[in-house]
Amino acid sequence: MSIDYSQKIPNNVNLNENKTLQRALEHWQPEFINWWKDMGPDESQGFDVYLRTAVSVDPGGWAHFDYVKMPDYRWGIFLNPAEEGRKVNFGAHKGEAAWQEVPGEYRSNLRRLIVTQGDTEPASVEQQRHLGLTCPSLYDMRNLFQVNVEEGRHLWAMVYLLHAYFGRDGREEAEALLERRSGDADNPRILGAFNENTPDWLSFFMFTYFTDRDGKYQLCSLAESGFDPLARTCKFMLTEEAHHMFVGESGVGRVIQRTCEVMNQLKTDDVAKIRAAGVIDLPTIQRYLNFHFSVTMDLFGADVSSNAATFYNTGLKGRYEETKQDDDHQLSDASYPVLEVADGQLLTVQAPYLNALNERLRDDYVRDAVAGIERWNKIIQKAGIPFVLGAPHKAFNRKIGPLSAAKISPAGKVLSEAEWTHHHLTWLPSIEDRAFVSSLMGRVVEPGKFANWIAPPARGINNQPVDFSYVRFN
Amino acid sequence: MSTASTTPVTIMRQHLIDPEICIRCNTCEETCPVDAISHDSRNYVVDAAKCNYCYDCISPCPTGAIDSWRNMRADLAYPIAEQLLWDTLPAQVALDESTGVGAGDTAALPDDVAKIAAASTAGQGGIAPPPWSAAHPYVNLYSIQKPAVATVSGNFRLTAEDASSDIRHIVLDFGNASFPVLEGQTIGILAPGLDANGRPHHVRLYSVASPRDGERPRYNNLSLTVKRVTADHEGAAVRGVASNFLCDLKKGDQVNVVGPYGTSFLMPNHAGSNLLMICTGTGSAPMRAMTERRRRKSVPAEDGKLMLFFGARTPDELPYFGPLTRLPKDFIDINLAFSRVPDRPRQYVQDLIRARADEVVRLLQDENTYLYLCGLKGMEQGVDAAISEVCGNHGLAWKTLQAALLQQGRYHVETY
Repeated sequence: MSIDYSQKIPNNVNLNENKTLQRALEHWQPEFINWWKDMGPDESQGFDVYLRTAVSVDPGGWAHFDYVKMPDYRWGIFLNPAEEGRKVNFGAHKGEAAWQEVPGEYRSNLRRLIVTQGDTEPASVEQQRHLGLTCPSLYDMRNLFQVNVEEGRHLWAMVYLLHAYFGRDGREEAEALLERRSGDADNPRILGAFNENTPDWLSFFMFTYFTDRDGKYQLCSLAESGFDPLARTCKFMLTEEAHHMFVGESGVGRVIQRTCEVMNQLKTDDVAKIRAAGVIDLPTIQRYLNFHFSVTMDLFGADVSSNAATFYNTGLKGRYEETKQDDDHQLSDASYPVLEVADGQLLTVQAPYLNALNERLRDDYVRDAVAGIERWNKIIQKAGIPFVLGAPHKAFNRKIGPLSAAKISPAGKVLSEAEWTHHHLTWLPSIEDRAFVSSLMGRVVEPGKFANWIAPPARGINNQPVDFSYVRFN
Repeated sequence: MSTASTTPVTIMRQHLIDPEICIRCNTCEETCPVDAISHDSRNYVVDAAKCNYCYDCISPCPTGAIDSWRNMRADLAYPIAEQLLWDTLPAQVALDESTGVGAGDTAALPDDVAKIAAASTAGQGGIAPPPWSAAHPYVNLYSIQKPAVATVSGNFRLTAEDASSDIRHIVLDFGNASFPVLEGQTIGILAPGLDANGRPHHVRLYSVASPRDGERPRYNNLSLTVKRVTADHEGAAVRGVASNFLCDLKKGDQVNVVGPYGTSFLMPNHAGSNLLMICTGTGSAPMRAMTERRRRKSVPAEDGKLMLFFGARTPDELPYFGPLTRLPKDFIDINLAFSRVPDRPRQYVQDLIRARADEVVRLLQDENTYLYLCGLKGMEQGVDAAISEVCGNHGLAWKTLQAALLQQGRYHVETY
């Protein structure tokens, strides 16, 4: 299952045996590179970056480290090995052989799922393109670029599926993926969170922790798909996605650790003094957390959704760890609790399970996200500081679904418009908070040195020392 | 020494996951082919009874948390139930001396030395057990507080006068002090003076380049191979404190020495044991010690094949080039790779490993073969790829073999 790097487009799908597809993708490749040069990391295209490149999809080969100039990164098409005799494991087609071609009647739904997933990949590269200019260390700069090139590769993964299985429509969608722009008023990216700005590194770490984790859960449910090429593609993407989770979790953790160190040095919890010492106070970190958590909640879609039911019933998108669930995998008679606002309070009501699948995935996500917040709390605890970070209620600050009509506090209390207006700035980052965090962002590129507001990591990348030259500027 | 136990105790390298670094991404559990990894809502853990050291989980881990090891008495390995409760990894516990493995001494190593040892053996996943027939090493006899004082009895330049690197052969004499070393062990040098922060310099470790009976047999001395450091790994100008101190020493000067250290990178002493040695630059020091040990035939039964892959930029920069080339071919199979000889293609040790694939594979298949890799960190990946390739071409799975070699104390890496 090694990857053929002698080809123009590295791949493990025998691309050279399908000349039409190969030509189509070779035509798309320069457009992608142009997009990367326009919209990829700013002023960094000539740097040598210590990057991980997959040289095969088996455990030994997919983490090959070396210096690479980003535009020369070998973006390619890698699918996990096929699983012999794989079946559709859920929905109306449960028990049938997994599909190697797109079933005609599901073509447009499947295309929509792939395009929506694919659109987030270049979007996040666009959102993060200026961050290299304010990196807190070479180590972090390298991690940012690793995330960026892998988002680029994930775009390739989706574009391959569009080209290989969706004919002319697919090719047009692949073009459009390079044409939309994050935050563009006329031609924005599809999902709201991917049009938000990522203006500073705290936002970046929060984004990789919370929003990329949505990506993980979406990929996990697509990896269950009855459409086998999609499942295999997503499986391999998940291995890469883990690094993005790591950047987020360790990034926020290091910010917290540094803040705690300074709080203990100064023996204070006075926000003004902590900020004056050039580190980010814990309440501000909590507000950033609230914001990114709530924006990500919306990415899972409406709480009750007939689309979700259709995607599941037709075998296109499963649940998180579908095959590990102990039920009939058809869910036609089952129910699942969802939230509703009635009489000024949040109520749990039972909805048909099939329609509540977005909510189910959101709940799986919340469990995972909360566990990481608890690990951040351990850092604070260890420093002996009486402060606890927490996830806001999943109904807090929603912009999509029926809950978006209500105003709900982080504790889950339904508020009046006036109460919300009065309090919301204690829960979400204010313009002043963002300005303060921005004021800390300066570029640190001396090997082994870190900006004042963040602690060094416990370990370097690939067993290299922390003061390794992860990026060379030439 | 603990209570008299009659059953022999085995030592294992227990594979663990550092809960402070792990982000619970599930990649390792997904990857593990033998289902040794599991988790609860708190921790990911490795079942010592199932883990077969295949290392499949190591490179996919995004955090490095998976690359955690503790030398443990097999009967006292941490059970899963205990690992699930951890917030941090336990420290390496001191192993009972009666086990015959000096790993317990690592607990008492000075911080600097422990850090260097961890970094230099990272390529093999931590400190491995020694060959079964290795002699018992003495370690940590002299501490930073109470170093041994050695006298310089020789300091010779090994590289040509016009070569770009200055590599020296330095002989230290311990007089009446006892300083027993084995081939492959290291000693620590305390350079005099203070660093920029007003603190004493960190300990610098050097592999001993002479065999256990001394550079000059039956004299209480040993030799080191020291390269004068004038630039860091990235090529920026840096004056290495200890290396310059050592290279500038004159006969009769005194040096504070700590150690010895090293309980793993040791040579086998049983008849028919083969040495497969791969090194670059001053990484040749332990190889020279082992080769000298065999050449002197102080123990006639210790025969076995010797194969050496040795890389340098040019012949002028290859330490011990002259003496090496004069060794009889039937004693040692020498393969020299030069990467910067004008008008000749760049050649690296991995190229020669590929060229000598048949012999390398034959040796690797022999259970009496012990592999040693020493040199710059950069060589590890290339050598690993080359060995993997030549094994693959002979239908041998290097990963599996490597895991077995490690467990049996037959694979030793020391890189810097």
